[in-house]
Amino acid sequence: MSVLVDKNTRLLVQGITGSAGAFHTRQCAEYGTNVVAGVTPGKGGQMFDEKVPVFDTVWEAKQRTNCNVSMIFVPAAFAADSILEAVNADLDLVVCITEGIPVMDMMRVKAMMRGKRTRLIGPNCPGIITPGACKIGIMPGYIHKPGNVGVISRSGTLTYEAVWQLTTQGYGQSTCIGIGGDPIGGLSHLDCAKLFNDDPDTAAFILIGEIGGSAEEEAAAWIQANCKKPVAAFIAGMTAPPGRRMGHAGAIVSGGKGTATGKIEAMKAAGIAVAETPATIADTLIAQIKK
Amino acid sequence: MNIHEYQAKELLENFGVATTRGQVASTPEEAEKIAAQLGNAELVVKAQVHAGGRGKGTFRNGFKGGVQVVKSAKEAREVAEKMLGQTLVTHQTGPAGRVVNKVLVAESADIAREIYFAILLDRATAAPLVVASTEGGVEIETVAAKSPEKIIREPIDPLGGLQPFQTRKLAGQLGFEHSQTKAATRLFDGLYRTFIGCDCSMVEINPLVVTKQNEVLALDAKFNFDDNALYRHPEIGAMRDTAEEDPREVEASKHGLNYIGLDGNIACLVNGAGLAMATMDIIKFYGGNPANFLDVGGSATEEQVTEAFKILIADKNVKAILVNIFGGIMKVDVIANGIISAAKTVHLSVPLVVRVEGTNVEKGKQLLKESGVTLITADDLGDAAKKAVAAAAAAGSQSQNPNSKEESTPK
Repeated sequence: MSVLVDKNTRLLVQGITGSAGAFHTRQCAEYGTNVVAGVTPGKGGQMFDEKVPVFDTVWEAKQRTNCNVSMIFVPAAFAADSILEAVNADLDLVVCITEGIPVMDMMRVKAMMRGKRTRLIGPNCPGIITPGACKIGIMPGYIHKPGNVGVISRSGTLTYEAVWQLTTQGYGQSTCIGIGGDPIGGLSHLDCAKLFNDDPDTAAFILIGEIGGSAEEEAAAWIQANCKKPVAAFIAGMTAPPGRRMGHAGAIVSGGKGTATGKIEAMKAAGIAVAETPATIADTLIAQIKK
Repeated sequence: MNIHEYQAKELLENFGVATTRGQVASTPEEAEKIAAQLGNAELVVKAQVHAGGRGKGTFRNGFKGGVQVVKSAKEAREVAEKMLGQTLVTHQTGPAGRVVNKVLVAESADIAREIYFAILLDRATAAPLVVASTEGGVEIETVAAKSPEKIIREPIDPLGGLQPFQTRKLAGQLGFEHSQTKAATRLFDGLYRTFIGCDCSMVEINPLVVTKQNEVLALDAKFNFDDNALYRHPEIGAMRDTAEEDPREVEASKHGLNYIGLDGNIACLVNGAGLAMATMDIIKFYGGNPANFLDVGGSATEEQVTEAFKILIADKNVKAILVNIFGGIMKVDVIANGIISAAKTVHLSVPLVVRVEGTNVEKGKQLLKESGVTLITADDLGDAAKKAVAAAAAAGSQSQNPNSKEESTPK
């Protein structure tokens, strides 16, 4: 009933002893996520909260605990190396929460990940959650509810908004994936749309995008050709002035490209229902489901 | 972050990119000295402001043109005297214009041919991309629209970098003669090293010129830097000129707030960049106009929220404030305390609409209710936007009617 993460996920936290890393590790464990290991170079041998062993390297953590997914809270200057370390250890999935990683670093990471089996979510993202089973990230667990709607989004709080609208109307979620707001990242809207389309327990999904780049348009074209499930979308940034970075490094309209209007038109042309306002994201999907 | 023309020139020179000889001056005497050192050649004096259209701009003192050709050191001093300390108005500065604190004194290039050459980080391929054209000196968007066949694209391997054969290929495609190839390829290579070495998201040379003396020079450069990488380039961070930026944005950045000023009348305070953009959008959808983008981030303190309010109400256009918080890790009661403390320290002269949801929402709502702060509460995002638009419209119509009783009643 989910994609990428579930009850069987064995989580490693890179940067587990930092303040944000420690806080969110506890939050995830409290939600029910199976946290099996932590890594902080130089702190190997310690126990986190008297139950999670800390290692110096991801390689060692994998050998000793058979962890298969990593959550990264390492500071921006060192985070690219941490992603590569997790890829080198052949983990299934890396979720990089860290914000502010230089884009050149991510460019090299992306190039070095080619041909490897490890998948990346983020950076600069809220993480991924399969409600009732596994939470990997900084999202508040209680707003979610197990169910069969998938959610894909570049943003954090805007995702919470959509999830909360679904939950309060009785629609639970299969998995919610926050792919992050940076110009170069791991899984794209398209990659996630494919995962949800193939997941028998996802009946419909929501795609939340924003100005900048062309990832939403690519997902729309694929959905039109391949996806039979109901899909609703929302694109943020109709009122954003061109040439300005709207918080996220990736949210910028430049050279007349990546506008909200262009993305909305591409979505509509692909037969995807687009919410007129952020207050009606769930309503728009529910109308599609009931059709 | 933007930098001045003279700073761009310095950066390029550090990486061996050929530019016209010249230096920056802060006084007319300096301008004269630099001009004398440059010799007898025809020179150009250029006002240094972060805005295009300088050549066609006009100074407040009536002097026309922020770019002047001069023939002597004495003339360079006279022109610098008319520019320095004066306000230059161009089509990009707006009517307020910009004060000129520095002028660049440089050799005037004897142009035979103009080329467009840029290196940018292409998101779709996650790799650097050279975009070039023989049609230089004009807007590249215009070239792309009118004659797309004249745009050359050369992708660069993100790990291997720009290869020598690629620089030769580009020189050929851009029509450089054999006698110019060496200078051209050296310039392309230097430009790529600048792009990587300064963590740029874009370096644009427009125009890159061939002079009648057969030199290949970068005449004007535009840089876009990756803000996330500035920590490892303190020398570039030091080039920031806050006098050229919106004072509201400068103030906000001091407090770690992500603020962009706009020209509407409904201020917004939101946590999260996506939700902040979406909040602006919904204000517009219901017929209002957002006054700003403001993301207080995921871990704002009470002090940051107070500072945010100060910046919002310092904008005289603001007729209403909309607070939209979806507490995740940031708890709603913490935000509520921030709002209450801000309302007490800052005199809130405009209606405040508050919509809160998420972690500890009941506690937060209770705090707001008991605080006695005058505010309009909203149930959801749609409701909040409608109420903010209505409040701003009511305040706007009041201020248009100076005889209205309500207006003189202090809240």
